[in-house]
Amino acid sequence: GFHLYNKLPSVVPESCLLIFVGLIMGGIIYGLNDRSPPVMDSDIFFLYLLPPIVLDAGYFMPSRPFFENIGTILLYAVVGTIWNVFGIGFSLYGICQVKSFQLQDVSLLHNLLFGSLIAAVDPVAVLAVFEEIHVNERLHILVFGESLLNDAVTVVLYKLFRSFCEMPAVKSVDVVAGVGKFFVVGLGGVLVGLAFGLTAAFTTRFTKDIRVIEPLFVFLYSYLSYLTAEMFHLSGIVAIIACAMGMKRYVEANISLKSHTTVKYFMKMWSSVSDTLIFIFLGVSTIGENHEWNWPYICFTVIFCLLWRALGVLVLTFFVNRFHVNTITGKDQFIIAYGGLRGAICFSLVFLLPDFHRKKLFIAATTVVILFTVFIQGMTIRPLVDLLAVKRKRESAPTVGEQIHIRFLDHLLAGIEDISGHWGQYYWKDKLEYFNSKYLQKLLLREHDQPKSSIVLLYEKLERKHAIQLAEAGQLGHAPSHPALLNNRAVITDRKVEDALTPDVLDNIQEILARNLYRTRRTGPAYNRHTLPGDTEPGEHAEEILILRHRGL
Amino acid sequence: SVLSSPPHQLSSPPTVTSEQIERLHRRFKQLSRDQLTIRKENFDSIPDLEFNPIRGKIVHAFFDKRNLRQESEGLADEINFEDFLTIMSYFRPIEMNMDEEQLDRFRKEKLKFLFHMYDSDHDGKITLQEYRNVVEELLSGNPHLEKESARSIADGAMMEAASICVGQMGPDQVYEGITFEDFLKMWQGIDIETKMHVRFLTMETIAHCY
Repeated sequence: GFHLYNKLPSVVPESCLLIFVGLIMGGIIYGLNDRSPPVMDSDIFFLYLLPPIVLDAGYFMPSRPFFENIGTILLYAVVGTIWNVFGIGFSLYGICQVKSFQLQDVSLLHNLLFGSLIAAVDPVAVLAVFEEIHVNERLHILVFGESLLNDAVTVVLYKLFRSFCEMPAVKSVDVVAGVGKFFVVGLGGVLVGLAFGLTAAFTTRFTKDIRVIEPLFVFLYSYLSYLTAEMFHLSGIVAIIACAMGMKRYVEANISLKSHTTVKYFMKMWSSVSDTLIFIFLGVSTIGENHEWNWPYICFTVIFCLLWRALGVLVLTFFVNRFHVNTITGKDQFIIAYGGLRGAICFSLVFLLPDFHRKKLFIAATTVVILFTVFIQGMTIRPLVDLLAVKRKRESAPTVGEQIHIRFLDHLLAGIEDISGHWGQYYWKDKLEYFNSKYLQKLLLREHDQPKSSIVLLYEKLERKHAIQLAEAGQLGHAPSHPALLNNRAVITDRKVEDALTPDVLDNIQEILARNLYRTRRTGPAYNRHTLPGDTEPGEHAEEILILRHRGL
Repeated sequence: SVLSSPPHQLSSPPTVTSEQIERLHRRFKQLSRDQLTIRKENFDSIPDLEFNPIRGKIVHAFFDKRNLRQESEGLADEINFEDFLTIMSYFRPIEMNMDEEQLDRFRKEKLKFLFHMYDSDHDGKITLQEYRNVVEELLSGNPHLEKESARSIADGAMMEAASICVGQMGPDQVYEGITFEDFLKMWQGIDIETKMHVRFLTMETIAHCY
């Protein structure tokens, strides 16, 4: 119903509406039973609801912009989150000192603990909101990448402060151990993820005869990587992302087209379901008697969240812009700061806190912050994006020419770096590609598989699309002399690299593709359908492209 | 002479800092084996360049007189340090305080360099054959790829270019090749000013060559 009414998504993001529905449901349950409705169990959230969303995000993450901006993303995720945690923690402690608020029993450690769970930006909320506003790719990837990677920091700090709360005394050794733990958690997560990802890729190498269960491996290994990482107290989110990104390339080359479609749709379906459930539960859990409404604390929490985020973004961006040619503009910075939405992760973490006398205060504050960010920031971000005229996403279809140019530029810059003796990002990227093609691909891809360049992949994808469109429009199939072509057409859509292409089959495909190429790309007026043989061999005219009407006319 | 001290002033205004010039000078000396000029063969001594599929075009670009801002056409046999710097300056990063006109010129300069790389016969147009050549070179890393496929891809890309640049074409119109203006149109979506640069600023190590 939400999507049928066109105007609504542009004003209210879906997440808001879901929370609203949850609130209503919670209210109904409360009214009927006169006790608190079931609170979302943290276990359910972390084990079942969160992984599909993160997997979806990681699998479909555009790797090129992600790695181009990885330095900035890591800076925001790690340093930014730490800044936020300590900033919020200390300022709230300062507020607690004020006598009139009756908050003196909330210790510094408690405040820091609270800070650690409230400071982190939530990927689910960010995804839900940013998907609808279509900002430029770089901005999107910065906010989104940050929200995914800050999990490592959040996990470490949360667990650290929690254990500090239970320890009688905190020594500096413990703090140093905490810092070391961060590296272990982050890097460990990545390693676990990559290990599972490569195993998944390796497994799919042998699945040629059992196509039906191929999609299973994708989900299985990703979920295993998440569970394994969580089991060892490493960052599960980072693991699942590393797994998805690591295996994507090889798995997509190995599995059949149908399996690929299955994977895509299942992933999207599961993540949508999870998403919906999370927000509804959030709404339901809000109603009830779990809260202690100490309004000064809550208001200051909201204020400090916004304040420290804005400051953090400003300071960090200042440093980033010193080192980068492609500066992050003021408008982008505003959107990054404003898009720091909190969501269900904070909510679950606060419920996981050990029971102490002020827990309900924290629950109340968390709830208000989440509702504030999702409703107010979520709803106003779109008009603000329009108002500030933030650079939007380029809505153009991918073209083969563009892909060619980008690859050309890649190789050119790698070459120039080699010549000038500078080991820059293109140099390392080149080296990685080399390592990949020499060793990894031999290990992980199927025997007769030829690794394909992105140009070829895009071309094939576009041509397949055109072929399908034409087949549906009924325009194919007037070629008089090749009944076998009809057969091949159906096979084109299935054929990826399973069977070795014999020369004459390849010829037929090329012929169809070449013919369709001329047909569909031409924007001229309609012409006679019966093709002429001359069209399919542009090679005859070496020096010029001749765009002709048919000889029949 | 060029060897004893790096030149601190250059006639043409590529704005590369003097520290970068120092480093490039050291690199130039390495490549030229302490000679005054470099020839094409000197580029063979860079090991990493061997695996680059468009190696030929890159080396060619260094000797292309159009890139060296010389009036004549064709290829130079050897280049000195000043020419080397001129080519390197095409890859300098964008500056903060450029105005619209400077930015436009900056962008056009880089695109012109690229255009010269595509247009190997120097006739000012990228013809179908030249485009095919580019695609074949790019895809030469896949030994199993059929030559036909590379050709089809190039044909497809040329068609796209034709539709971008000329739009609807009449029945007997001939699309001869991509001119520089058309080339500019094709690159409109890609922000080349920020992509096409090499970060000289943090050159920690200078890679060795044989």
